Amino acid sequence: MPHHDVLVIGAGLAGQRAALSAAEQGANVGIISKVHPVRSHSNAAQGGINAALDPEDSWESHAFDTVKGSDYLGDQDAIEIMCREAPDELLELEHLGVTFHRDETGHLGKRAFGGASAARTYYVADITGQAILHVLYEQLMKHDVVHRYEEWFTTALVQDEEGKVSGAVTRNIRDGSMELFAAKSVILATGGNGQVFNPTTNALVCTGDAIAMAYRIGAPLMDMEMIQYHPTTLAGLGLLITEGARGEGAHLYNAGGERFMEKYAPNKMELASRDVVSRAEQTEINEGRGFPDGTVALDITVVPRKRIHEALREILNVGRDFAGVDITKEPIHIKPGNHYAMGGVKSDTDGLTSIPGLYAVGECACVSVHGGNRLGANSLLDTLIFGRRAGAHAGKRSKGSPMPQPSRASLDDEEARIRAIFDRERSGRRVSEIKAELGATMDEKCSVYRDEEGLREALEVVTRLREEAKVATVDDRGTIFNQDLLGALELQFMIDNAETILVSAIERKESRGAQYRTDFPDRNDDDWLKHITVQPNGDGEAPEIEYSEVTMTQWEPEERTY
Amino acid sequence: MAEAQDFTLKIRRFDPESGEQAHWQDFGVELDPDRSVLDGILQVKDREDASLAIRCSCRAAICGSCGVRINGKSALACNTRLSDAKQTAFNGAIAVEPMGNMPVIKDLIVDMDAVHWKKIQRVVPWLLPEGDPPEREYIVPAEAMIDVTQSMACIQCGVCVSACLSLEVDPEFIGPAALAKAYRFVGDPRDDHTEERLRDLAEDPHGIYDCTHCFACIEVCPKDVAPMSQIMRLRRRATADFGIKDSNNGYGHEKGFVDIIEKWGTLHEAQLLPRSFGDGSMIKGQTEPGAVKQLVESLPTAFRGLKSGKITPRKALLHPKLPDQKNVKHIYKEVHDRDKRIELNLYIVSENSVEEEGAQGEGSGEN
Repeated sequence: MPHHDVLVIGAGLAGQRAALSAAEQGANVGIISKVHPVRSHSNAAQGGINAALDPEDSWESHAFDTVKGSDYLGDQDAIEIMCREAPDELLELEHLGVTFHRDETGHLGKRAFGGASAARTYYVADITGQAILHVLYEQLMKHDVVHRYEEWFTTALVQDEEGKVSGAVTRNIRDGSMELFAAKSVILATGGNGQVFNPTTNALVCTGDAIAMAYRIGAPLMDMEMIQYHPTTLAGLGLLITEGARGEGAHLYNAGGERFMEKYAPNKMELASRDVVSRAEQTEINEGRGFPDGTVALDITVVPRKRIHEALREILNVGRDFAGVDITKEPIHIKPGNHYAMGGVKSDTDGLTSIPGLYAVGECACVSVHGGNRLGANSLLDTLIFGRRAGAHAGKRSKGSPMPQPSRASLDDEEARIRAIFDRERSGRRVSEIKAELGATMDEKCSVYRDEEGLREALEVVTRLREEAKVATVDDRGTIFNQDLLGALELQFMIDNAETILVSAIERKESRGAQYRTDFPDRNDDDWLKHITVQPNGDGEAPEIEYSEVTMTQWEPEERTY
Repeated sequence: MAEAQDFTLKIRRFDPESGEQAHWQDFGVELDPDRSVLDGILQVKDREDASLAIRCSCRAAICGSCGVRINGKSALACNTRLSDAKQTAFNGAIAVEPMGNMPVIKDLIVDMDAVHWKKIQRVVPWLLPEGDPPEREYIVPAEAMIDVTQSMACIQCGVCVSACLSLEVDPEFIGPAALAKAYRFVGDPRDDHTEERLRDLAEDPHGIYDCTHCFACIEVCPKDVAPMSQIMRLRRRATADFGIKDSNNGYGHEKGFVDIIEKWGTLHEAQLLPRSFGDGSMIKGQTEPGAVKQLVESLPTAFRGLKSGKITPRKALLHPKLPDQKNVKHIYKEVHDRDKRIELNLYIVSENSVEEEGAQGEGSGEN
């Protein structure tokens, strides 16, 4: 049985950062990922990483922007930690080799980003996430102290009799073998759940695996209703156009040529926070001022061509390859699209969840630093800061404690579960059909504008899909690279995600951050300035809802305008 | 969006568990012609056969998972349009097969660890700065960071590895992706092992001088990394900046070549071999045992040339200068008189904007 002091599940930025940091503590670390680490979705973070590094800037300013961006739902103690530690983390990445953009004096250069009161976004062209991800992977290759399990799929977490997490059951995708891992600590870092929605900017791998696995063993999920719709995604495909484009000066226009952000955010205009810009666009589109394809226009031609080539190179490619548009010459049609899950497994500032031995970091976790709405360029920061903290905590904790001996029964259970999938009659719906209906339903009923009726309809659909997923047809019975089987397992993870999102969205009877309820259009601090947490009800019925307080340190809720 | 059209995908199938040989299988898909070959493959998986295996994730050419060969040409399936693929299709069927130069695991999935990642590991792919880091960031020129961003833009998809002709004949060749990765450190002013890295890559018989200049990697790279250009820059750094005289005669070959063109305007074949062995010097090369050995080995080729009339003793020994050789010399002088070597990095300056006069300076990004 493979065993590690610290077992990290997921190898994007949060996972790799956690693994490196645990290894620095001298822990024996394993990192498992269902894709090769450099394929992780952290790659897609284009715009940059926020840090108040400039002496003229301050972490307090960064923290306040984040608190305000979160619509006061973010926990201020966690936000303070993140913003205070940001400059050192950024410098450490620079020292490790990230090729951050420089200004003409050779110092780190920065760009403006949405919802921020100062330019504090550091970047590598528009491939910042990719650059950091690849540099961290260089470090994994360099030190070779972290055991890498690349292309292994985790199917379930394992607990001992006292409820403490003692390992995980996994499937080696390359040969189909099932393996039980023992670990003193397990750090979840599998990223978001964007695939629950269609379209989405998220990669096909973002199926909320860890959120569902943690939920299944009783870990509370928090802020699940807070799903960010990014203001600039390509219609249809859902591909992302970085906020960096607006940071570099691009404008938004409706079909009538009106720069409509003047009406919604006269001060920050296109650089208001994402929920605000997405709602503005959706209002324009809903009220008939969009283009016939349900979009508005992003005009990047105002950015000098040379600057586009050096700083928005990826967007140039995306425009050319996926929309047939030369962004240096003409506007590109965009719309709000599913992008990011602010919620996730409830965790503290060291990544610890409510289950002993279990940590969660990055997008699958909810610390909560993003609250109701995440600011652009704060997600990379979140993954790195809390990835590092959780890795260090778990690494230290492992010293002197004995290696657990998880029972083989959990492995037998998972093997039986998979055999049962292979034994299904081939009369059910296809996995792809169920997934398509799930994605379309969530995008229709649980996006920028929501109401109780629509959310309840969606929940009914999801409840039906849950039953259909249990008997969905699987074509492939093989062992090597059986992606069909993985798809069937992921589908069940996604349904857990969808259900908890909807239940939380129905529960929150107000509008805050990314949650805008047309039936409750105002923010209601008296009743709803609190987190909603959900956990499974023992009898398999609807999730149990609880509340937890928002931690306030120095910023009282104010009206939010940009 | 255009209307959906019918396409035929001819996909190379291989299931190691079936005991069957690899074979082609045709699938019909119905999609907007602007959608990608990957979308087509996903439709096959969704509607017809979910056992069809392909790595894919982002659908936007950033994760580097879906490298394949489409109608024989290496590419990412996600950023190849169906309409474009159809144009190069034989008999109308878009052929999709796994990448080359790497062993196939199942259907369109190849073993990248066995080839690609092993080669990446070979080039010491991490920054080796001198001593302890500074308190703040390293201060480095803005251009240097933009310059290495071109190789940083590599997504490790392996498409260039698949297309590399040198790798086909020498599987030990470090290859385009790994050498581009090497430039990312050689070009990085923070790295303190520039000369060691260059010496290592020049001395390795499968290193920078193993590239045959075929441009295949540049043509197929989905991210404009231009791996061959990075290899050529490694060579220029090794020769012009560090004067590394390698045992592969890369230095001599390059210097010999350049000197011959300066003198004659066209390649003087008879002189190239001894000059290559003599670090570029004809005199030194003539007495090199290696040169003599290779000269003897090349005699059959020379005889065939003589027989077919391609070579005449007169042409071979008394190589005529170009009539306007003065102009060639003029070009050399232009380049020699420059203060520093200009590397054209199309990642920074697009082809279209080369002639555009400095649209904007090296902006700080603040606005």
